[in-house]
Amino acid sequence: MSKIHVTTTVNGDEVDFLCDPRETLLDCLRDRLNLTGAKEGCGTGDCGACSVTLDGRLVCSCLVLGVEAEGKEIGTVEGIADGDVLHPLQKKFIEYAALQCGVCTPGILVAAKALLEKNPDPTEEEVRYWLAGNLCRCTGYDKIIRAVMDTAAELREAV
Amino acid sequence: MALDDRKTDFKFVGTRPDRPDGLDKVTGRAKFGADMYAPGMLHGAILRSPHAHARIVKIDTSKAEALKDVKAVVTRADFSDEVEFKPGLEGEFWNVLENVMAGEKALYDGHAVAAVAATSALAARDALKLIEVEYEVLPHVTDVDKAMEPDAPVIREGAADYSVPEGMHPNVVRYHESGHGDVEAGFAEADLVIEDHFDTEATHQGYIEPHACLAMLGNDGKGELWCCTQGHWIVQKTCAALLGIETSQLRVTASEIGGGFGGKTTVFIEPVALALSRKANRPVKLVMSRSEVFRATGPTASASMDVKIGMKKDGTITAAQGVFRLQGGAFPGAPGDFTAMCAFAPYNLTNVRQVGYDVMTNRPKQAAYRAPGAPMGAFAVESVIDELCNQLGLDPIDVRLKNAAREGTKASYGPRYPRIGLVETLEAAKAHPHYSAPLKPGQGRGISCGFWFNHGGETSVSLALSEDGSAQVMVGTPDIGGSRASMALMAAEVLGIPYENIRVTVADTATLGYNDVSHGSRVTYASGLATIKAAQNAVEKLCERAAAKWGIPVDAVKWENGCAVPSGPNAGDFDPLPIAEITADMGRTGGPISGHFEATPEGAGVSFGTHIVDAEVDRETGKTTITRYTVIQDAGKAIHPTYVEGQFQGGAAQGIGWALNEEYIYGEDGRLQNAVFLDYRIPVASDLPMIDTVIVEVPNPGHPFGVRGVGETGIVPPLAAIANAVSNAAGVRMRQLPMSPPRVLAALKGDG
Repeated sequence: MSKIHVTTTVNGDEVDFLCDPRETLLDCLRDRLNLTGAKEGCGTGDCGACSVTLDGRLVCSCLVLGVEAEGKEIGTVEGIADGDVLHPLQKKFIEYAALQCGVCTPGILVAAKALLEKNPDPTEEEVRYWLAGNLCRCTGYDKIIRAVMDTAAELREAV
Repeated sequence: MALDDRKTDFKFVGTRPDRPDGLDKVTGRAKFGADMYAPGMLHGAILRSPHAHARIVKIDTSKAEALKDVKAVVTRADFSDEVEFKPGLEGEFWNVLENVMAGEKALYDGHAVAAVAATSALAARDALKLIEVEYEVLPHVTDVDKAMEPDAPVIREGAADYSVPEGMHPNVVRYHESGHGDVEAGFAEADLVIEDHFDTEATHQGYIEPHACLAMLGNDGKGELWCCTQGHWIVQKTCAALLGIETSQLRVTASEIGGGFGGKTTVFIEPVALALSRKANRPVKLVMSRSEVFRATGPTASASMDVKIGMKKDGTITAAQGVFRLQGGAFPGAPGDFTAMCAFAPYNLTNVRQVGYDVMTNRPKQAAYRAPGAPMGAFAVESVIDELCNQLGLDPIDVRLKNAAREGTKASYGPRYPRIGLVETLEAAKAHPHYSAPLKPGQGRGISCGFWFNHGGETSVSLALSEDGSAQVMVGTPDIGGSRASMALMAAEVLGIPYENIRVTVADTATLGYNDVSHGSRVTYASGLATIKAAQNAVEKLCERAAAKWGIPVDAVKWENGCAVPSGPNAGDFDPLPIAEITADMGRTGGPISGHFEATPEGAGVSFGTHIVDAEVDRETGKTTITRYTVIQDAGKAIHPTYVEGQFQGGAAQGIGWALNEEYIYGEDGRLQNAVFLDYRIPVASDLPMIDTVIVEVPNPGHPFGVRGVGETGIVPPLAAIANAVSNAAGVRMRQLPMSPPRVLAALKGDG
């Protein structure tokens, strides 16, 4: 099958790639652009390990086709830190040990960042429901929820 | 080791520093199984049987091979023909080979029958559709009780080992019986005897990272393999056997691992990728889809159990007996022996008898899952104890305390316990505010204890000092939950240098001696012990260099806070010699300084936990909500307490899933009905409450710092604790897992 040329923006950088029209955005990020931060845990939109933002909207990149990225702005885990300065969520995740194996962490960070941009003062229940699409099998979520809540509190104080 | 040799005052151990791989894991840099690429790499894909049981009459791969994008196709003929079939687990290589690529028969829905390597993942998937397999479908069985019935289809003749009594169905392949005392006499002494039947369904480990590998093997017999695994040496020796190459010629590197929980202690796709690579003479990447993970990798065993316990009015258990039938798929290995041995292990019993069966069915080969076998047995036993407490009007913690195993107790499975911490966990549970907190209407509280053996295993650690006095530690146990942090803390404690000055690496198979898998809760215990010993070995050499410099005997030098110092006023008057000053000169004073340790440590120290759960049952829908959860467990000594808490919480969360939602559902056709996360629902964030933890520390006499493994015990009590909470909330005894809404509703209506 002939490949399609796609031009898009990833973490602020303009990039282009050729892809088969059947390839997902996740495949393109990983296999075409060498951005392996987003992970495939299920390929069916159930686990959230491939979470990215598409024009600011949180999506499962395994459910988006690569060709749909044309002209869009994509945000991945690789773009969360500002140079060598970690985002407060990243710092808190390390501090709280909000990860064990860490394979769900990229998706959870992308999703949590999207939450805090939308809702800077979420309740525990709101955090739990927002992250209900991001499976973690290691932690029981306790430390993840605490890390997100504490980051939110810190970001509110910083404003 | 004498008790007074054990260190109790710590500078680094017990602190909570950031993990060394933290930055990589929050920035997306960490490389997991599927994150590796190679020049000229091909993509592999595996064709799987749609039938639960079928004879493979013919496989025609010619159409797939004719595609220009396809570079190799393999079937069973491309693997070693020297792997010998033996009964039971004696011929485990044969079992694994048969599992990774079917021989004469497909034995379960999802069983691999052929594989291709092509220039892209899409081309590989397309090529699979062109492989024609002719099957002769055979009768199948997926239920453990039915598989033991006289007319059940036979999965494989000759698979039973010496332990199985005569007259049993050929699907019963291993048998375990143990215990002591006279159970019949014990039951006669009881004021109340309860006997009940319990069932648990198979669940999957549910790691978020599917199996993935990148393989390179030439026809010179030399290979390189990158894969996500809990143990790359077992991968190395298994793949070498299955491919017919020498073990040492295959170098295996463990990637970061995205969860394993026992499920990544064996191989599935790695030998297939190597066979494809050898045939194509190019690197081959193979990554499983989630449905392949569910259909073809290790679920845990399902269980059918009968438990009978007698109790006096004062709560004394007079006798206990259990029969545990475990289904482990189309191969020997279901841990019926472990279930039997663990079931009554928390209790000091005069009369106890346990029987375990390992039964084959047409399901995927079971793999270890966190304390394999133990949670099921605890579910049955602790449910019966709960019912006895209810009927006799006794407090469930008091009864467990009354019967608790202690130091010197003869365990239900044979040995006498050294110092153990069960009583301490029960006392902590009783004193915990959770236990006395009032319950709301519709809620119930459940208690359960749990036991796991823990494990030592073959272990090698190497530690090398750099010229600036920093240290690199090479361990061979993949880091599945923050173990690099724990190793660095233990090395820092011995060397007396900051945690940050130590880099811990999971070495590949070519750069360190053999290491068993990261399983059995062994890593912090065994790799930790080896790290301590390796560091002590380096310290001895540091002291020798100082002694030589000072011109005094080595036994007149001791190591303190990262410096060599004279051992007393008579040793001489020398300023402390810091590690960095010794290492700066080491090239001139005798050469590089390293420490090593290789052994199979035997003092793992058994582990106990007690869980308290509150559950609320919706009587209209049957849905259960866990409203409060407290884990209390003996860690011996918590090296990094935050990651110990994480193990407790993770075990509890997996137990909640097992108890309430998760199950393998097979259709009448023997096909798995729920091979996606949408239908096989593991707990999500909104399903769970915060999970409180209490770390009890009763030092393990078998470890220099007192460590007991903590990874597995945490999944043993939840099934029973939640079942007890739900039963108490619903007013009906729940005997079957998972306690999904339809089952709870049926129980509430009295037809369950």
